[in-house]
Amino acid sequence: MSELTRLTAAELAQKIHSREVSAVEAAQAHLDRIAAVDERVHAFLHVGAEAALASAALVDESLDADTPPASPLAGVPLALKDVLTTTDMPTTVGSRILEGWRPPYDATVTAKLRAAGVTILGKTNMDEFAMGSSTEYSAYGPTHNPWNLDRIPGGSGGGSAAALAAFEAPLAIGTDTGGSIRQPAAMTGTVGVKPTYGGVSRYGLVACASSLDQAGPCARTVLDAALLHEVIAGHDPLDSTSIDAPVPAVVEAARRGAEGDLHGLRVGVVRELTGEGYQAGVQENFDAALRELEKLGAEVVEVSAPHFQYGLAAYYLILPSEVSSNLARFDAMRYGLRVDKGASAEEVMAATREAGFGPEVKRRIILGTYALSSGYYDAYYGQAQKVRTLISRDFAAAFEQADVLVSPTAPTTAFPIGDKVDDPLAMYLNDLATIPTNLAGTTAMSVPSGVAAEDGLPTGLQIMAPALGEAVMYRVGAAYEAARDAADGSPFATRIPEVKR
Amino acid sequence: MSAPTLVDFDDVVDRYDPVLGLEVHVELSTNTKMFCGCPTTFGAEPNTQVCPTCLGLPGSLPVVNRAAVEAAIRIGLALNCDIAPWGRFARKNYFYPDMPKNFQTSQYDEPIAVNGHLDVTLEDGTVVRVGIERAHMEEDTGKSLHVGGATGRIHGAEYSLLDYNRAGVPLIEIVTKMIPDTGARAPEVARAYVTALRDLIRSLGVSDVRMDQGSMRCDVNLSLSPKGSGILGTRSETKNVNSLRSVERAVRYEMTRHAGVLDAGEKVVQETRHFQEDTATTRSGRIKETSEDYRYFPEPDLVPIAPSPEWVEELRGTLPELPWERRARIQQEWQLSDAEQRDLVNAGALDLVAATVEAGAPSGEARSWWVSYLAQQANTRGVALDELPITPAQVARVIELVSSGELNNKLARQVVDGVLAGEGEPDEVVAGRGLAVVSDDGALIAAVDEALAAQPDVAEKIRGGKVAAAGAIVGAVMKATRGQADAKRVRELIIERCGG
Amino acid sequence: MSPESSSAGGAITRDEVAHLARLSRLAVTDAELDVFAGQLDVILGAVARVGEVAAEDIPPTSHAVPLENVFRPDELRPGLTQEQALSGAPAAEDGRFRVPQILGEEQ
Repeated sequence: MSELTRLTAAELAQKIHSREVSAVEAAQAHLDRIAAVDERVHAFLHVGAEAALASAALVDESLDADTPPASPLAGVPLALKDVLTTTDMPTTVGSRILEGWRPPYDATVTAKLRAAGVTILGKTNMDEFAMGSSTEYSAYGPTHNPWNLDRIPGGSGGGSAAALAAFEAPLAIGTDTGGSIRQPAAMTGTVGVKPTYGGVSRYGLVACASSLDQAGPCARTVLDAALLHEVIAGHDPLDSTSIDAPVPAVVEAARRGAEGDLHGLRVGVVRELTGEGYQAGVQENFDAALRELEKLGAEVVEVSAPHFQYGLAAYYLILPSEVSSNLARFDAMRYGLRVDKGASAEEVMAATREAGFGPEVKRRIILGTYALSSGYYDAYYGQAQKVRTLISRDFAAAFEQADVLVSPTAPTTAFPIGDKVDDPLAMYLNDLATIPTNLAGTTAMSVPSGVAAEDGLPTGLQIMAPALGEAVMYRVGAAYEAARDAADGSPFATRIPEVKR
Repeated sequence: MSAPTLVDFDDVVDRYDPVLGLEVHVELSTNTKMFCGCPTTFGAEPNTQVCPTCLGLPGSLPVVNRAAVEAAIRIGLALNCDIAPWGRFARKNYFYPDMPKNFQTSQYDEPIAVNGHLDVTLEDGTVVRVGIERAHMEEDTGKSLHVGGATGRIHGAEYSLLDYNRAGVPLIEIVTKMIPDTGARAPEVARAYVTALRDLIRSLGVSDVRMDQGSMRCDVNLSLSPKGSGILGTRSETKNVNSLRSVERAVRYEMTRHAGVLDAGEKVVQETRHFQEDTATTRSGRIKETSEDYRYFPEPDLVPIAPSPEWVEELRGTLPELPWERRARIQQEWQLSDAEQRDLVNAGALDLVAATVEAGAPSGEARSWWVSYLAQQANTRGVALDELPITPAQVARVIELVSSGELNNKLARQVVDGVLAGEGEPDEVVAGRGLAVVSDDGALIAAVDEALAAQPDVAEKIRGGKVAAAGAIVGAVMKATRGQADAKRVRELIIERCGG
Repeated sequence: MSPESSSAGGAITRDEVAHLARLSRLAVTDAELDVFAGQLDVILGAVARVGEVAAEDIPPTSHAVPLENVFRPDELRPGLTQEQALSGAPAAEDGRFRVPQILGEEQ
């Protein structure tokens, strides 16, 4: 493995911008790594080698001309979740129904990455339409966890997280509707951030649940995530729900956090997100993380969020409802798959949707159609929206008592592929701790908190902050990361085993 | 399907009370669509006015057009509605190929304008107040072209071709409250309401309101209740009613059809029907296999609209003089009797006369031209007065030419004929046809002398003081000059030449 | 953490699921129906927990971030060419999307 693929994005950028390494060399090193391991990991659905090298060459050209880099990440390779539209690569959302679809437009996130000179290597695997917690629901086969290829990498953004853990890319973009950035980060020992709803444009993000979806940065370190966060965030007039406010200064916050002083900060442990139900190693690592935070000077307090226990139920009503409407457009009339079974448009629609959607997508469409039906709306969708209000209030009250809240990111470490694929409810329980943040539109991140003693697999510490409170979250995340690395004697990424043959 | 039994209209209104409801869709003439920056112009090449948003491409998002909201609020204010201080768009979910997202973004239970009214004046001057339930914003669908089969209609077509240029064009839907107690005048009330609404929206300048182009579309809801019973009947909803005349005919037809059903002791089916322009009848739509449940929910991709009182007042300040205000002012300024005013309105001449006056003509002459000569021309051609190919400004110019003596009335009519025939502006017709009044006294004196010589007995009478006899000589001179002489001047010259 | 995963059952019947699949334009097979009906029954049993919360006076949240009045000026923005618009179409003819015959009525 080339040394270049072991570097953090910040380190690699420094080498590229100082002309020690060319952007093309950096891109090629990662393309070689993908060629070497992705057959086993299957993080990518599409690799755009030619476009990646061309894009990197432009960065080199520009640096040769002594033009300052377009961004602090110019020339750094990145893996893009296949849910964001790209004009030069297919966008399939992990679904047969969009197999081979080439969007005629770039997502705003894609456009910002291009403008920043970031090298887009390819599109990463995901659960179909971002519905799932294991990437097993991808129509193109599961992604394997680089820590143990028989295990899931989490989902829906398992491809992006696995690409980082397999050193196929130092940066990735994920999207998080109920935990799809954070839970894979925990499963793969990487960092994943769900920004405040409205912080990153959703234009060109193929919708799962519009009121919950949010794209965010994935990386192997908190600082790298912060650098990427500042590239992709910001107001977009093409997204009505985009917040017209300055992007929180997360890079500065991450640098400050790495200095290791959290005096004066209160860290709230959410009582309802601790206790029984967590794997032993997950709980042990969480307790150890709390001790680290105290050592850094933070005051650890317990807070209560009584309605979080209803979050999962509310989420699995709101999400399917929005899904049932968002996915209605996949009807074989204008783009995507068409199954010519039957003589009428109606029959072709039904046959195409039957053939083009996988079982989890169909389940959620049916569930959502039910929840929105006139006779059931108030009891299900309407009531879920009220629970959503209560969860937001719980957060508001908790943030009165603490600057950030913490919990384990997921209840277990990565489970074996095939374990839960036929038990939807068991799969849904993975998202218990991550869902409240999506319902409230606030921000949260997952930072590796070690490996579980019993299985040697990574665990994640979730840090939650108020809307637009990313700075304090990054600060705490970076401080914890630095303390953890100091205790281990090496960066966490060095503990990732080499991908087995 | 057997033809429905129809009951004689007079018999219907003897025994039943009709209850009307009208839903009118108006396409706004904004520069861009409701939720994206695509143009809204009519008649472009197919699928050339589209973008990811109005094509419903995966990942695309809507953003509300401010001008459409302003137009909706102005329409609401002009209809005396309350403007909702807060409201959201909703998704109306159903599958149909002309709808790119398979949901329509519309306002459902939170419309922008509610609870207004429009006063409608009937031909005899009766004023009917039509209650407005709501006006709300939504987006139009694309257009389908049905290929194969005999009729070009949806039934029997082999396949369809879709053009999404119209998809996403802003629509305002204006829904009346139930309109009771109109009796035999129900058809007339329906037509008068749609006419008044059209004039109102046209005066606001927010839509072309062209029923023939589909920028204004009307659905007619009708039910009958047994006379005096107060029991509400089952209603039918007739779509595809695309002219003012059709509105009237659709109401009339549905009244006679409903009565036929009820008289037979059967139940009226609550259904959507389609108006057939050629036969002035309605036909049933396909009965749906399941009752429609649109599964409305708040549109998560759009944020609520909360017009501030300041914004609403600012928009109120931009309302132009509304049609009824204008009528009242004109009646007073021109000192018209109620009957005269009504004739002008019923002839569809009021706005044209007013515009002619605004172009500089005296109101009396302007009225006279539009209600007599031009009305005859329109009648002969079988078109509405405002469809004649002559503008108020052109009429005003003709009047000016008459008052300056360059034309007499007979010549003026020829000039108007020329304009109507497409010969250009009035001055161009005058020049082209050589129609200027002969005002050269020398030429006229010669003609007068000739006429006097030809009728010595008449000349003698005039010389004897019988001035009235001059008329015969005037006629002869006019004939000799092919009408191009100024009759008044001819008369003066005759008397002069006879030593008067 | 004590997620309520037990289901009372009987929340939804196989026929209802079949009806919902039709409404959703999904030509599901009989075998799928059998599986979905059982799974959805369990899921609905679990999500019905939202009903346990006393929330009569609580306003519903439809949008996570409280924004209002986000508008766009009425200005043209470049869109797609006809070729781009039709680029993903399963079938096209004369600049239009070609689709099989439509049975339903326009709404």
